[in-house]
Amino acid sequence: MRIIIVGCGKIGTTIIDSLVKEGHDVVAIDDNNDVVTEVSNIYDIMCVCGNGADSEILSEAGVDKAEMFVAVAGSDELNMLSCFIAKKMGAKKTVARIRNPEYNGSSLEFLRSQLSISSAINPEKLCAQELYNILRLPGAAKIETFSNRKFEMIELKLKTDSKLDGLSLIEMRKKYQGQYLVSAVKREDKVFIPDGNFVLRGGDKVGIMATATEAQKLFKMLGILQKQARSVIILGGSKTAFYLAKRLLAGGHDVKIIEKNRQRCEEISNALPGAVVICGDGAQQELLLEEGLSRSDAFVALTGMDEENILISIFASSQNVPKVISKVSRIELLSMAENLGLECTVSPRLIISDVISTYARALKNSMGSNVETLYKLMDGAAEALEFKVQSDFKYIGIPLRDMDLKKNTLIAGIIRGKKIIIPSGSDTIEAGDRVVVLAAGQRLHDLSDIIR
Amino acid sequence: MNYKKVFSTLGMMLVALSALLVLPIIVAIVYRETALWGFVTVAGCSLCVGGLMTVFFRTDNQVIYAKEGFAITALSWLVLSAVGALPFYITGEIPSYIDALFETVSGFTTTGASIVTEVMAMSRSCLFWRSFTHWVGGMGVLVFVMAIIPNLSDRSIHLMRAEMPGPIVGKLVPKAKDTAKILYIIYIVMTAVEVIFLLAGGMSLFDSLVHSFGTAGTGGFGIKADSIGGYSPYIQWVITIFMFLFGINFNLYYLILIKKFKSVFKSSELWCYVAIVATSTAAITANIFKMCNGFGEALRLAAFQVSSIITTTGYTTTDFNLWPTLSKAILLILMFIGGCAGSTAGGLKVSRVIILGKAMGKEIRQMLRPRSVNTVKFEGKQIEDSTLRNCTTYFSLYMLCFVVLFLLLCAIENYDFETNFMAVSACFNNVGPGFGAVGPTSNFDGYSDVSTLALTFAMLLGRLEIFPLIITLSPSTWTKR
Repeated sequence: MRIIIVGCGKIGTTIIDSLVKEGHDVVAIDDNNDVVTEVSNIYDIMCVCGNGADSEILSEAGVDKAEMFVAVAGSDELNMLSCFIAKKMGAKKTVARIRNPEYNGSSLEFLRSQLSISSAINPEKLCAQELYNILRLPGAAKIETFSNRKFEMIELKLKTDSKLDGLSLIEMRKKYQGQYLVSAVKREDKVFIPDGNFVLRGGDKVGIMATATEAQKLFKMLGILQKQARSVIILGGSKTAFYLAKRLLAGGHDVKIIEKNRQRCEEISNALPGAVVICGDGAQQELLLEEGLSRSDAFVALTGMDEENILISIFASSQNVPKVISKVSRIELLSMAENLGLECTVSPRLIISDVISTYARALKNSMGSNVETLYKLMDGAAEALEFKVQSDFKYIGIPLRDMDLKKNTLIAGIIRGKKIIIPSGSDTIEAGDRVVVLAAGQRLHDLSDIIR
Repeated sequence: MNYKKVFSTLGMMLVALSALLVLPIIVAIVYRETALWGFVTVAGCSLCVGGLMTVFFRTDNQVIYAKEGFAITALSWLVLSAVGALPFYITGEIPSYIDALFETVSGFTTTGASIVTEVMAMSRSCLFWRSFTHWVGGMGVLVFVMAIIPNLSDRSIHLMRAEMPGPIVGKLVPKAKDTAKILYIIYIVMTAVEVIFLLAGGMSLFDSLVHSFGTAGTGGFGIKADSIGGYSPYIQWVITIFMFLFGINFNLYYLILIKKFKSVFKSSELWCYVAIVATSTAAITANIFKMCNGFGEALRLAAFQVSSIITTTGYTTTDFNLWPTLSKAILLILMFIGGCAGSTAGGLKVSRVIILGKAMGKEIRQMLRPRSVNTVKFEGKQIEDSTLRNCTTYFSLYMLCFVVLFLLLCAIENYDFETNFMAVSACFNNVGPGFGAVGPTSNFDGYSDVSTLALTFAMLLGRLEIFPLIITLSPSTWTKR
């Protein structure tokens, strides 16, 4: 599938990376020649140097044959304009990054329909959404919802003194009964799809499939903090902070925002009357303590500097703040932050590239394969795919335990009408079901791909 | 340096070589020649060694940088030449290994300079292999490997850049592998069309194949003592036209395929190339008119020689050694200019000559008005300073290598000035025949082993455009620091 990316900045290259890995034909456009050379050295793609809204450049990039056109250059206006031109020139689907809050209000729908942009993405808003999900269930490191929030995949980092340390999955199931499924485990840098004999260890990152209510029950049994974070301190007054604070305030949380720049503070205070806005340098520990860091339920570091976010988050963890989240933009730093003991990080770039590659996958599916939706899990090392079961599927009515599944794949959930089944060996797949399949280290295109 | 990746790629290349050797083996079987066993032995050995190397050096680290790209390219060509020479040596058709090496490198680099005195005495399979090396070397061995081997590397653009001639190497489509495939498909189709045209002119299948390989790779190994001279005017015209076509940037053929005719007509390199060929042909036709029987013959001879020399093919239909000085001077200049970038031709390349000329103009303007800001435009785009620097550096290196090789030859050989000068320029520019004692009717047989090796090296330098070999031979590439 031919995909054109305009803008090879931080987000652009992350998107290129994931799309190239998916095997797409990628053409990148950027007006900086050095950037273009560098990108063409690293990735197996074609590069065009020039303005992404110039029709000549677009035709050189082969826009008329492009299935998807993604504009993620620095300026919203350029992105919208290039999407508009690309669409006129024959690109099938267009995606624009539109991050300016003014365009993201009620005018967004109008802009989208007038410029025939298929999808608008706003990294800050998506990031805020993810942060909000985490704060909703602070015991988890990450929550992914499936099938219109009917059930969730919860990523949980096990502490060394966790009750699950040393337990095999069979033992865990006996001890803590309920409708849930341990579906993926990340240990060091490897991701496993575990079977019943798999023994959990402290330090593992565990992915659990369950409905929202069952997940709450399990968390209670495990004794993991489970009440929602009532009071949240947000460091940095970025756009993400603004969107997050808005969501939190709407949900009735107490929000305190610490920002250095006075003018920005006033803007935020003006836009969000419910929030407490503090003007000061968040890197000063004294200030954080004075603002009640140690009494707050959660601390979110959202400054523009990754290093500052990581260091201040470490300090916050040392003050026993129950939930500390830091934003880390540079992907290289993510694993380092994890090694330093920060269990919960978000990276806007990863979020965006997941969204785009999911979109690309869905587009490809409309042209052949059967995947309904796709989620990247465990930092992109595993995938969850939702399939609709066709009536010609060969294994209809056969109990799961009699199916010979490929290694590192798992049927993690079956949705039958309104009923949600967390499957065990005796369950069967019926025509018309929707099935969520987990796979690590392989790309599935059809439900029958999981059978050996 | 990612040694494992370098050596495993070398291994893959040896396997590819053994696959290529299947063709001369088929020829040997068809003509029931004893040379068969020589080819079978070499193909078998290279398959085993290559296979073992790929297995032994298997690595998950697929990352290569420009350095590895240069090293893989240079080493591949060295190994390929060394192994490709073995069949000639084993079958005893070229008794000296150094001579066999010269012949093979001359083949792969599409030079067409020969040390074989009695071409007609060679076996068909050896003649076939000799010409087939032209075809393989013309588009590039690594490009071939890239087209057929899955998942070579995400960064195989470095290999492409190191092997493809010209100052700027771009891709046709996003994936390097697909680009390599498209290039080879265009190449194969054009070669096939030429074979059909030659067959239509009454040439035998074997001769058509061999001559088409020589034309496509812009190589120039003939299988007759008088090269193409003995064939009918029709065949001479067909070969003239195809030599000209194979000297054009292959990207333009792709643009024609995807129906972007406008961009083709806008290509300044193409127009420049056409203009050079047309003026040179006209000038030489006028110059040799008196020596020929009528205008038709003069035009045919001039057009053939001009196409042959500018594309650095090296087929001849007449002994241009006997031509007037002006015609010889024009041919000498054409030798250095060479064909278009991204074609199978050698020499400096038309685009590089254009860029060098424009850069010169820029510098002179700059001297005139030191504060003025000048840019160089080529094919409608501004040429970056780094590309300009690369071109001028290349030109300096090119001259330096030329001078060193020329001095070396003059020091150890008894030939006259013209012969030595032409030997170096004919080999270095991958042309083949020169003037004087290395002219169209004679060959390189008279040179000593040392000079033969030096000229062999010159051909490789010319084909790979100097940088890969120089970089690979410099020790700092291989040290850990």
